[in-house]
Amino acid sequence: MKISLNWLRDYVDIRMGVKELINLLTMGGLEVEAATPTGQGFEKIIVAEIQSIRNHPNADRLSLVEAKTHQEKFSVVCGATNIREGQKVPLALVGAKLPNGIEIKRSKIRGEVSEGMLCSEIELGLGQEASGIMILDPDASLGVSLGEALGLADTILDISITPNRPDWLCVIGVAREIAALTDQRLKYPALSLSDAGSEIHRKTSVILLDPDLCPRYAARMIEGVKIGPSPNWMRTRLEKVGIRSINNVVDVTNYVMMECGQPLHAFDFELLEEGRIVVRRARRGEAFITLDGVKRALDEEMLMICDGVKPVAVAGVMGGLNSEIRAETRTVLLESAYFHPMNNRRTSKKLGFETEASYRFGRGIDYGGCLNAANRAASMIQKLTGGRVVEGAVDAYPKPIRPAPIPLSVTSVNRILGKEISTKQIKAYLKNLELDVREEGEERLSVTPPSFRGDLEREIDLIEEAARLDGYENIPLTLPKGPPSSEEMSRELILERKTKDLLIQHGYYEVVTYSFTAPLSLNGLSLSPDDPRRRCLPILNPLTADSSVLRTSLIPGLMETARYNLSHKNVNLRIFELKKVYLPAEGERLPKEVKYLTGLAMGMDGEIHWASSVRQVDFYDVKGCIEDLFEFLQVKGITFDRTEDIPYLHPGKSSKILLGEEEMGVLGEVHPEALSHYEIPGKAYLFEIDFDRMVKGAVEERKFRPLPKFPAVHRDLSLVVEDRLEAEKVEGAIRLLEQPFIDEINLFDVYRGIPVPQGKKSVSYRIRYQAGDRTLTDDEVNQYHEKVISRLREVFKAELRG
Amino acid sequence: MKEELEKIREECQTFLALAKTGPEISDIRVRVLGRKGILTQLLKQLGTLPEDERKEIGQRANKIKEDLEARVEECLRRIQEQERAEALEREKIDVTLPGRRMILGRKHPLTQTLDEIIHIFSRLGFEVVEGPEVELDYYNFEALNIPKGHPAREMQATFFISEDVVLRTHTSPVQVRTMEKKRPPIRVICPGAVYRCDSDPTHSPMFHQVEGLLVDRGITFSDLKGVLSVFVHQMFGRGTQLRFRPSFFPFTEPSAEIDIECFICGGKGCGVCSNTGWLEILGSGMVDPAVYRFVGYDPEEVTGFAFGMGIERIAMLKYGINDIRLFFTNDLRFLKQF
Repeated sequence: MKISLNWLRDYVDIRMGVKELINLLTMGGLEVEAATPTGQGFEKIIVAEIQSIRNHPNADRLSLVEAKTHQEKFSVVCGATNIREGQKVPLALVGAKLPNGIEIKRSKIRGEVSEGMLCSEIELGLGQEASGIMILDPDASLGVSLGEALGLADTILDISITPNRPDWLCVIGVAREIAALTDQRLKYPALSLSDAGSEIHRKTSVILLDPDLCPRYAARMIEGVKIGPSPNWMRTRLEKVGIRSINNVVDVTNYVMMECGQPLHAFDFELLEEGRIVVRRARRGEAFITLDGVKRALDEEMLMICDGVKPVAVAGVMGGLNSEIRAETRTVLLESAYFHPMNNRRTSKKLGFETEASYRFGRGIDYGGCLNAANRAASMIQKLTGGRVVEGAVDAYPKPIRPAPIPLSVTSVNRILGKEISTKQIKAYLKNLELDVREEGEERLSVTPPSFRGDLEREIDLIEEAARLDGYENIPLTLPKGPPSSEEMSRELILERKTKDLLIQHGYYEVVTYSFTAPLSLNGLSLSPDDPRRRCLPILNPLTADSSVLRTSLIPGLMETARYNLSHKNVNLRIFELKKVYLPAEGERLPKEVKYLTGLAMGMDGEIHWASSVRQVDFYDVKGCIEDLFEFLQVKGITFDRTEDIPYLHPGKSSKILLGEEEMGVLGEVHPEALSHYEIPGKAYLFEIDFDRMVKGAVEERKFRPLPKFPAVHRDLSLVVEDRLEAEKVEGAIRLLEQPFIDEINLFDVYRGIPVPQGKKSVSYRIRYQAGDRTLTDDEVNQYHEKVISRLREVFKAELRG
Repeated sequence: MKEELEKIREECQTFLALAKTGPEISDIRVRVLGRKGILTQLLKQLGTLPEDERKEIGQRANKIKEDLEARVEECLRRIQEQERAEALEREKIDVTLPGRRMILGRKHPLTQTLDEIIHIFSRLGFEVVEGPEVELDYYNFEALNIPKGHPAREMQATFFISEDVVLRTHTSPVQVRTMEKKRPPIRVICPGAVYRCDSDPTHSPMFHQVEGLLVDRGITFSDLKGVLSVFVHQMFGRGTQLRFRPSFFPFTEPSAEIDIECFICGGKGCGVCSNTGWLEILGSGMVDPAVYRFVGYDPEEVTGFAFGMGIERIAMLKYGINDIRLFFTNDLRFLKQF
């Protein structure tokens, strides 16, 4: 909210610089987001009176104007037609620079000397009016700078107001806070107008049919008004805080709203049928054209202000075209009401717009201040429009609201804050905020908040006020005395970290992609129609169609990331993501959130280098990486099982990852069709692991094995086997022998080609034999090794080679 | 015999001086000092000398032998040193050629930032817990004292899955879930993704937060200040100025926003801090008694504080990143910088 510093000064003394004020407010809970000086650069534009106007001898559309101050006279050539002798106008002198960049120079226009320029609002940057010269108030002092005359030199504070403090949404509210923080009394504007009398009741009436939504409705009437522009000072004040000037009646309602936070509405009384106000809920199917000319559909929970016949305003949101103030309005009925905040907010939300009024009603206004605000506005309208306030006021307020006293214990204050504040001090703080404080025994207070502090209901609310006024900066720093959490670091978190650590050692970059995605993003995976991943959870109000469902797989995100990087020439890619997917769960309100680890590799296995060669990454790079991962995390009992069933993987180059019997993930080359769907050229390899399942499979503890005391012996063997035979089968057969001394089996060569016959391959193993209690003799080892060879020959019909 | 000894010595010395390689010297050694070497042969004849000469010449001969042996050793050492020096010279390489590097990846800057945050709070005795991202309205709003129609709901533009299921707009629901499961004392932090319908250079529809909660007997606002000051100083450096500024959250009271002095301009005011000199980094407050009612804690018995921060915001400030969307584009040229 924009607040003018000059305006604030009407109600409170500010004896500090802007910087200090900003700090005071911010540390009081009114965060000042910006402070903008205004009215700079008006020093060479002065108030001058038009003495005479003559026609320009050489130009029909121009005139020669003599303008004067008390001491000087100026000849000015002018093109405007709205000026008259005796008017006061802004005169830009030679050397002045206008906000639009024009610099005023002494010049001759069609042969006549011009010693300055008379300015319009738009030229001065003060408004949109471009049709004529700006006419100043008759009482403006001659010769003073325009900035001074209009009160333009000011600082506009932009304050962010938290939703709990609607009382700060006005100048007096902010001034009240400054007064409290600087230990002063607030200077309320003097009110000369009485609301006694009964004349108004003979002219109009207010009926509240739904007092639950409108607990209070005050009204005053002003007759004989003459609608016209507001005086400059008011227009300037309103424009500075971002409110467009309309006319002298509407401007007053806005001015009083900005001043004391009460939104007001002015009706043209002669347009109210039957001359009365009825406040009721809208009827089903009723429609209404608001001030902005839009026809609105109403529902039965919206509160309407009606005349004797029809709606004339959406209560607390916007008035109607049918009763607005017109140029010919003579009698004004002024509304100053209190509407139910929640209902008002709903109405405004349903209608899809918010006004200055609804913003305030929706957060709760000062229900105790309705009548005062009406009186204040009525007296201003009387003054500005030459009208007459009808005696007496309507104040429909069937059940006056009385704030309940709140008990406050001084010990509670200290228990929450960790700082001793004395009873006396607390009392002083609360009284400064205009709270009614009574002492009820030692260290016990009874505090009644004023009607503008609807946010104060409980003891904790008062404790906050004490803390705020005392200053958060005065609360000491301590550390909690209790014990640290006794829980161990979650296993999942530890394994998550280890997983990421290992993957980055393998050259993988971690990526983070959005959890929501396009419904079609899965299409590239060619999943079968009954694949559960096809059932993505939709978002009811997505930002874009491309982000309208929650992902069920991390793969599309990785593919998109790969495509993005490839198109930016990042071609050697190793990326992974460890994040959640969201699987709708039958009969549950919330989906299952499962963490997946998914990685993708493509391009070369390194950067080109003068001393090493690079090659394309392949299946075994990716497999090796996750084998390392399983070893690092001690996930035991993993097998890789060839599969042709993963629709997005190459049927000849893909494998399931099994933990025991259970499928835990997949691994393989991405299917060319999937690649082309995601527009990725080349080959790519991916792995996908159910992380939660892997966590379950990881063995936590590590047990130390003593280092072998005796040397190991190794033997190599090369076999020629069927080409189709899978490597794991050979190793499995060796392991099946359950030889106690076989320590390690290492497949170190696979060879096809001459002299190995077609359809066969040669595989070479190095087997390490190790005994824990002695050095194995050559004879022993040979014996065991022979057994291995004969078993392999037998099982695979393998021939020993070389 | 004396003369012969002298002759051997002189000759030997001359040869040694001329010798250039190890084998040449070994050869000299064999010819003079070896078993059949001329000096050895000569010494064998000592016995034929008369007794009075034998002693003198014997001593002399032995001296010459030791002398020559020492010289041979020295020559050998000299030549070895020389050969090694030549070899070292030959093996010289260009040390400015680039080395063979391991291909290493990096953790995402958000992970790195989060790890740092977790590390600091672990040392303060907090454990890490997680909660669901797709959340019931009850946990995301209701139980945090944000009933339907509360203006605070409008401050958090919410993605809906159904009328009562939302994408969580903050990590605060994990507070409630934690308190439902456990009795005090509680010290947890809860990191994770959160969602709001907002998208521009400083707002992302998905971002990450870390929530903190400490509930126990006798916890005060001064404890909140102490813990969060420690955090700020460890995260942003010892000398970082900070302030606790009154603010409003429906689930804490009193509430405080924590600002640190803008480290770009040193508090003078600049574009990054919108000329205020301060950067907002944390929201916090004493847990509102209304929240305890939802989880069955007695606010007369326990007190506590909660806080929350945006990980992206902290990473952006720490690294000087100007567009939040960079975190989710995952351009390798971006990721490699952290």
